[in-house]
Amino acid sequence: MSRLRMTVNGRPVDLDVPESRYLSEVLRKDLQLTGTKIGCNEAECGICTVLVDGTPVVSCVYPAFKANGTQVETIENLSQDGELHALQQAFLDHGAVQCGICTPGVIMTAKALIEEKKAAGEVLTEEHIAVALKDTFCRCTGYQSISRAILLASGQDVPPLIPVSQPASHSIGKPMPNLQARDKITGEARFTDDYRFAGMLYARTKRANIPHARILSIDTSAARDLAGVHAVLTHEDIPGRNLHGVFITDWPVLCADKVRYAGDAIAIVAADSEEVAAAALDLIAVDYEKLPIVSDAIDAAKPDSPLVHEDRAEGNLLKHIKVIKGDIAAGFAEADTIIDQTYRTPATEHMFLEPECSIGVPAGYSPENFGGICDAAAARGETARHDKTTVYVGSQIPYGDRDQVAATLGLEPESVRIVATLMGGGFGGKEDITGQIHAALLAEKTQRPVKMLYSRQESLLVHPKRHATVIRIRTGATRDGKLTAVEATLYGDGGAYASLSEKVLTRASTHAAGPYDVPNVKVDCFAMYTNNAPSGAFRGFGVTQSCFAVESNMDRLAEQLELDVIEIRRINALDVGSVTSTGQVLRESAGLQECIDLVEQDMRDDSFRWTWEEGNKRFAWGLAVAYKNTGLGGGAPDKASAEVEVWPDDSKGTTAEVRISSAEMGQGLPAVLAACAAEELGIKASAVNVLLGDTDFCPDGGPTTASRQTYVSGNAVRLAAADAAARLEAEPGTPVVVRHDYMAPETKPLGSGGDMHVAFSYCAQAALCEIDMDTGEVSVKKIIAAHDVGRAINPLTLQGQIEGGIVMCIGYTLTEHYIQEDGVPWTDVLARYKIPSIRHTPEISNRIVEHQTSAGPYGAKGVGELPSIPTSAAITNAIYRATGVRMRSLPVDQDELLRAMREQNTEVEMAWGDRKPIPKVALGGEQ
Amino acid sequence: MTNSSANRWQSYYTPKSVAEAVDTLQRYDGQARVVGGGTDLLVEIRRGLHRPVEALVDVSRIPGLDTIEVDDDHIVIGCGVTHSQIVRDARIIEYGTCLSESCSVIGGPQVRNVGTLAGNVAHALPAGDGTIGLLALGGEIEIAAADATRWIPMQESFRAPGKSFIDRHREVLTRLRFKPTGPREGSAHHRVMRPQGLCLPIISMAVRLKLEDDDTISNARISMGPVGPVPFLAEAAMEVRVGNIASSELFDKTAEAALASVTLRSSKYRASQEYRERMVRTFLPAILKRASERSRGARL
Repeated sequence: MSRLRMTVNGRPVDLDVPESRYLSEVLRKDLQLTGTKIGCNEAECGICTVLVDGTPVVSCVYPAFKANGTQVETIENLSQDGELHALQQAFLDHGAVQCGICTPGVIMTAKALIEEKKAAGEVLTEEHIAVALKDTFCRCTGYQSISRAILLASGQDVPPLIPVSQPASHSIGKPMPNLQARDKITGEARFTDDYRFAGMLYARTKRANIPHARILSIDTSAARDLAGVHAVLTHEDIPGRNLHGVFITDWPVLCADKVRYAGDAIAIVAADSEEVAAAALDLIAVDYEKLPIVSDAIDAAKPDSPLVHEDRAEGNLLKHIKVIKGDIAAGFAEADTIIDQTYRTPATEHMFLEPECSIGVPAGYSPENFGGICDAAAARGETARHDKTTVYVGSQIPYGDRDQVAATLGLEPESVRIVATLMGGGFGGKEDITGQIHAALLAEKTQRPVKMLYSRQESLLVHPKRHATVIRIRTGATRDGKLTAVEATLYGDGGAYASLSEKVLTRASTHAAGPYDVPNVKVDCFAMYTNNAPSGAFRGFGVTQSCFAVESNMDRLAEQLELDVIEIRRINALDVGSVTSTGQVLRESAGLQECIDLVEQDMRDDSFRWTWEEGNKRFAWGLAVAYKNTGLGGGAPDKASAEVEVWPDDSKGTTAEVRISSAEMGQGLPAVLAACAAEELGIKASAVNVLLGDTDFCPDGGPTTASRQTYVSGNAVRLAAADAAARLEAEPGTPVVVRHDYMAPETKPLGSGGDMHVAFSYCAQAALCEIDMDTGEVSVKKIIAAHDVGRAINPLTLQGQIEGGIVMCIGYTLTEHYIQEDGVPWTDVLARYKIPSIRHTPEISNRIVEHQTSAGPYGAKGVGELPSIPTSAAITNAIYRATGVRMRSLPVDQDELLRAMREQNTEVEMAWGDRKPIPKVALGGEQ
Repeated sequence: MTNSSANRWQSYYTPKSVAEAVDTLQRYDGQARVVGGGTDLLVEIRRGLHRPVEALVDVSRIPGLDTIEVDDDHIVIGCGVTHSQIVRDARIIEYGTCLSESCSVIGGPQVRNVGTLAGNVAHALPAGDGTIGLLALGGEIEIAAADATRWIPMQESFRAPGKSFIDRHREVLTRLRFKPTGPREGSAHHRVMRPQGLCLPIISMAVRLKLEDDDTISNARISMGPVGPVPFLAEAAMEVRVGNIASSELFDKTAEAALASVTLRSSKYRASQEYRERMVRTFLPAILKRASERSRGARL
């Protein structure tokens, strides 16, 4: 220990701390300044950026004692006496805060930049911002709003970009910053790792680190004996069900007989510190008998494949999903042209910037028993008494977590409470159980609060990824461009456990004909188990994958038929009256034609050219369209329950609270719900408080997935508020509480021919790409888009979802691949996984189309996933137009593209990270 | 990656003199490591890619070694000087252009604000960009031990990938220097990267040229990496050039000579052999051309 003396936020600090500390640890742990967030501990993501003597540094690799004698500034310093700094206000106004985990780091980087330019007397430009923020990442916003906000804060006149939509009624259609955005900007917002309970222990998990093996023995004795260890648990210590799963429960909480992927959990430890817990892991001895590995979905279907779940009659086949419409043979017989190609899409990683964290609190916990302060009035948090087993976690499915924790602990669901903390991004990657059950088990065992925080590297290893797929698609059309038949066969790598594979691959299949009216469709999709990481929900949910294949084929078709690529979409686009590939008649709300028209109109200005050359660069436009369901569909009951409480007050103003256990992960749900309540109650949205995610206080809003929350929870809140308004009219002046249990219109299962989904949203995107003819590097310069969302309830947060979704898909197309080599992740550190930085952000011009859906709240449909879907094909279609080369696998590899250009090869099937060519796929699946 | 204490040092020293730094290293007899900014070393330590280290010796605060100085013959860069300082320095921009260019592409701003050129050179990676830039300029490094201090050409310090001849039991890299480009001299750097999950360049190259008034090349240095185990001086290629008139044919021949003197390989996820060769054929002539133009611009 030594004395560390520095100034932090203007105050002198004199601490006795170990010399082994990093600056980030001193700030967060010793000074309780939790505004500085940790994303990776690898100096890669930049969200831990603070200023040392005015200079931005990444605090996670900055030794604390390097800061000796310096002035350190963190986010907490920016707002003085409740007044926001210009940067903070600009971020709020521009909707530049979504999940908020990157916000402190981004703001500190920007602050230093603004001050540097001011001191130099230079005008701040977008290029300066792009250079300064190059290694400070954001996964939610797509950076556009951030850049605009920084320009505004530097004194330039840059208003927020609010897309044009229908005139606002009272609250609906009004741009509004997300609720809680202010706390995120000041550094006051707390994510799970920012909580510290009195008496808290720290937990770590022993992982398999090999893809497939039988467990012969587990010896935890040495770990138990280590000083500072309070508990070591294995499968033998599980009171209830040793399985979890969001849909099919096939995933062991703690492995007993075998491990099926490298991230499988074998034992968990709770100790006085993370260091002791980590040391204990090294002392746990597990004896394995290695088993042969299956790491490819097509190999997994072969009769001699190793079996991941040996007791399954269907072997590695999780599900064979079928879509049938019309007569496929007749359809192809009618076709004048047939395109038949096979594509491949990679496994990718959500890379939410907040690694997973769960805190388990035992039933009967009281902080004063551990020297903490107890506040009898506190409903939750560190000062509260906890009657029940409680888990604090940023989760997309709080009630689902509750039920899963209860099942493993052998408790009734009502005996478990989930307090949903802020989520630093989810994107589908925080739907499955990660640390919730483990933290609860350890808390009950030790009778202490237990924090289970994943490192970034553990997060990469453990949580489900996007399904890698191989998709063969055969598209037939008549000479005039009208589609007659689409046949597709898909193999999806579901990884070791089911997770949401069945749902994701069903979605991939039902959307595999594209947003087109195709009379004859046949889809066979094989969801396979392998020893890769489990695959699950990830924004786009299977449609991301099949859209790439569909829209690549459409461009080939257009070329073969000598038709304009926009025209061929128009000819076939779904519209009111069309029948989808699952037999659903679209009775309303199908704005795809308008989206296509608007994109074409915006593309074709006076100087429009499809492609041109400038020096060693070639430019070209590419187009793609997409659609995506709103809501769970497929016959699943899609419901949400909301409570609205209103306190009428004529003098001070009526206020209200909305309570619902839905998850906010930065997409802006609270503001949408506040607007719905405000609309019905006739009050300002700012007078509505929204309480999300406490299963003891908030009824179940259902999972945050399937782009369903605005529709389903929005309706629940709207109807509850309307009911409250009616009661207030009947009895003015009396506070009311109304609960509404909302059920979305019934849908039918796949194969029944009925309506599979309550609504679909549609979009068209055109991408202008620049290809460097010397290096093969691809850069997206501009996106022109139009999205039919039914009704824009909050245009500001809607714009953020669209920009963020587009940039996320740019990552999918150009930079991201979660690489696994025979079940062993090569992508084991963040340095090996690049998400788009501000440097990758194109200029985005977007229009809102509003073809209302009558059962949606004020006509609104879902939008969370849609913008992230067609961008990949738009980019690869542009690459083809510029270079004559078709990329059939993602992400695009400049090495492969350059070789193809030089050798005049028109087809490339190797992407970055691919080690073998695209496997052959037999249509219908017979191998 | 764990947080286990095996991945942590115990003591952190910030010596105020070279003597103090060297003395600390000797006391720890190999269990201590010199750190500049720490942006390479500490990431490796956190990842468990490093032997356990008992102490860090932070040499970035030694008075006199955190600045860029110019004497009669050299521009001298102290071991505490960061990449950001180099990138902003008007003298290096003018008289050591390829160094400011190469340092400007290292990592991102936060890393450049803390990472040092000395650390980059001492790390001895085959393609450290700062190192490649300095190597083309003819960089020398000063190594201080308890009993003696000596200057050596920097290429003599590279032992193997990531391994320097600097003896960590007893030696500290204290300063780096190069002769500023003068009249009729110019330099340039270029790097090809991929945007996916690989931090290392596909190729990083720098050149320093002197052109006489008739465009004859009278001096040349070409550095490249990663083309082998250590940062590479393409001497064979340089021979092709000296005495000849600068022209695109000459530059193309130079690239061929450079390629002939190395064995480029395909490396997994980074680049194919063919791609690397193509990048050398495209960009080595390009920076030779750029350096020539700068040489002409520096004529009196």
